[in-house]
Amino acid sequence: MNLLEYQAKRLLGRFAVATPIGQVAASETEAFEAARRLGCDRFAVKAQVPVLARGALNGIAFASTPDQVRSQARAMIGKPLGGDKRLPSHIVQQVLVEERIENVREMYAAVTLDRSAGKLVLLASHSGGEGIEERAAADKGLIRRLDLTLENNKVVADFAWLAGEIAETPPVASGLANLFRDLADAAVAYDATLIEINPLALTNDGRLIALDVKMTVDDNALYRRPELALLRQENDRIASTATELEAQRFQINYVPFEGDIGIVVNGAGLALATYDLVVDAGGRPANFMDVRTTATSLDIAHGLGLLLANPAVKSILVNVHGGGMQRCDTIAEGIGIAFRRQQRQVPLVICMAGNNAQFARTVLENSGIRYVDVGDMAEAAAEVVALSRRKAA
Amino acid sequence: MAVLVGPQTKVLCQGMTGRAATFHCGRMLSYGTEIVGGVVPGKGGSRHLDLPVFNKVRQAVEATGADATMVFVPPDNAAAAIIEAIEAEIALIVCVTERIPVLDMVRVRQALAGSKSRLIGPNSQGLLVPGVTQLGVMSTVDASPGRIGIASRSASLTSEIVLQTTRAGLGQSTTIGVGGDPVHGVDLKTCVELFLSDPATDGIIVVGEIGGTDEEEVAELIAGLKPAKPIVALVAGRHAPPERRMGHAGAFASSSGGGTALSKIASLEAAGAIIAPNAAGVGETMRQALAA
Repeated sequence: MNLLEYQAKRLLGRFAVATPIGQVAASETEAFEAARRLGCDRFAVKAQVPVLARGALNGIAFASTPDQVRSQARAMIGKPLGGDKRLPSHIVQQVLVEERIENVREMYAAVTLDRSAGKLVLLASHSGGEGIEERAAADKGLIRRLDLTLENNKVVADFAWLAGEIAETPPVASGLANLFRDLADAAVAYDATLIEINPLALTNDGRLIALDVKMTVDDNALYRRPELALLRQENDRIASTATELEAQRFQINYVPFEGDIGIVVNGAGLALATYDLVVDAGGRPANFMDVRTTATSLDIAHGLGLLLANPAVKSILVNVHGGGMQRCDTIAEGIGIAFRRQQRQVPLVICMAGNNAQFARTVLENSGIRYVDVGDMAEAAAEVVALSRRKAA
Repeated sequence: MAVLVGPQTKVLCQGMTGRAATFHCGRMLSYGTEIVGGVVPGKGGSRHLDLPVFNKVRQAVEATGADATMVFVPPDNAAAAIIEAIEAEIALIVCVTERIPVLDMVRVRQALAGSKSRLIGPNSQGLLVPGVTQLGVMSTVDASPGRIGIASRSASLTSEIVLQTTRAGLGQSTTIGVGGDPVHGVDLKTCVELFLSDPATDGIIVVGEIGGTDEEEVAELIAGLKPAKPIVALVAGRHAPPERRMGHAGAFASSSGGGTALSKIASLEAAGAIIAPNAAGVGETMRQALAA
C-alpha cells in the first residue's frame, strides 16, 4: 500500500524525523482554516495523491496568505492528477497545507528493498529534489548505498560512515547519522518497503527537515500493524471503486480496464500471459481477474458476477489450470452459479486443464450453460475476441 | 536423474496437521514421495497420516534422516519455520506459503547466506520430478517423465507448459517454481545452472514475468556460458499496463533497472535464448529447437 504524504509524515514524525508543520484539509474552507491556525508567513499547498513528480503536474502550489491557500486548494480539490494514456488519474480529495521551508540545501535519503539482493538498503545523496533520477543517471557516484542487516528488530549498519561520506561538516554528519538510523528503524517498525525523503532539506541553521516523504508498506504485514490496516481501509474508501472492494472481499484480485473482454484466470502469471494473448489477438481486456487458490465456488460466482454486471463486457474468457487447492470443478461450479443468477447472456469461452478438468466439464454441462470449449490458450483468445466483435455488430 | 531431489530424498512436512498440508501430503505420498514425518510444535509424539510428528525440526532430522522439508506453515510463522529448518541444516527447503511479510523473507535470506540449505519459494508450487517424486502442490495429471527442465516464476503457467511439453512428446526432467514473491530463495539463474549440469535435461524452459531482475540474471549467465542446450524463454506481461512508480529508490537500488517484459525479452534474446511467441507456443518452440 502506498501511503499519502501526510500519513507518511505523521508516521515518520514518531521516529524523530522533523517535518514542516502542517494540516490536511478536505475542502477549501478547511484549507483556509488550517492556514490561519498554522500562522506562517509562507505556505505550501500539496495535493494528496500517490503520484510521482506532483510539482511538475501542478499538484504543489505556494501561497503567502490564508486566502491564497483557499484559492490554491480550490484549484486542486476534486480535480484529476497524474493520469496518462496508460494509467488512470487520481482525483484529489485532500490537500496538505504546510509551512513553506525556503533557502535550503536539498539532499536525498531513502530506505528501500533491493529485491534481488533480498536486503533493505539505505540510499543517500548530498543532492536531492526534482530531477534526481536524471542527475544520478549521469553521475553514478551521486547516490551512495549502505546495506542494512536485521538482527531481530534492530538494524545494524554503519550509519556514521555513510553520513560522513555525504556531509560537509561534522555537525551535519551527526544529524544525518541519526536521521539514517531513525529512517531504518521506521522501515522495520512499519514493515515498509520504501521510505523516501526527497527533498531532505538542510536549513541555514543546520536542521534536517523532510519536505516530502513517499512510503510504501507491505500489505502482507498489515495483520501485525493494526494502525496501518486502518489506514488501508481509509485509503481504500477514497481510492478504490466499489467493485474492486467487493472483489477483495471474495478472494479475487480484480483490476478493471477500459476494454470489453472479461478475463478470469487462476494465478497472476497466467493472468499476465492471458492478457498478452488477448491483446495479440486484437482484443481489449476489460480486467485482470485472478482467483486465489483459497476462493470457494461462491467467491468465484461473485467475481464473475462483477464481470457480468459490467455492461461493457461483450464476451468472457475463463482460462484456468487446476492445481494446488484450486480444482477446475470449483471454478466450474462458480461459473454455473454466476450465470444462473444473472439473466444476461454473455458469450463464454473456457480453456481448462489440470486437476479435475474433465469433471469440471460435466459440472458445466449439468448447469446448462452454453460455452465454447477450447483446448489451446491462443485459440481460446482468438475465439473470445471474435465473439466480442460478433455481439457488437 | 533430476535436479535437487531424487527417489531417495526423505521429506519432512512442517505444519503437517493443517488442512492444506494434510491434503497435499496425502497426494504426495500416493505419488511416491518419501515423506518420513511432520513437524508441528506442541504435537510431538503424535502420529498424522500414519507418520511420526515431532516438535522440532532437529528432532525430526535425527529420528528420520530427512534431507528435505516442505513448509506449509501459515504466513505469520512461516519465516521462523524456514529459519528453524536452515538451523537444522536441511539441504532443501520448499515453502508453499503465500503472503509472508517481505521483511521476514529478508531475515530468511540473511539466515540462508553461508548456510547448507537451499530454499525454493516461498509462494511456490514446489518441485516435481514426474514419475519419481513431488515436493509441492502442483497438479500432476499432465506431467510425464522426460528431458525438459522448467524453471518458473508462475505456478499456473508452469502447469500449462507441462501440458504443452507432454503433448509435444518431450516430457519433463524436473519442474521448479521459484515462487511469486519479490524476495525468494533459489532464483531462475540457479535453476538454469542446475539444469545445464544435469545430464537428464536436454532443453530448458524459463518462465518469467514483469518485475524483479531474475530474467536479466539468466540472460547474463547464458551470455557468458553460450550453453549447447536450447533455452526457451517466456516473459509474461508484454501488454500489461505499467505499475505506478513510487519514488526513485527502486531505480537506484537495482542495478539493471527496467524490469518490463519487453526489456527482459530483449536481454534474453540478445544472450541467445529462444523467445516463445506466447504462452500457448512454448512447448512447440522447444520441440522445434530440439529438432533443429
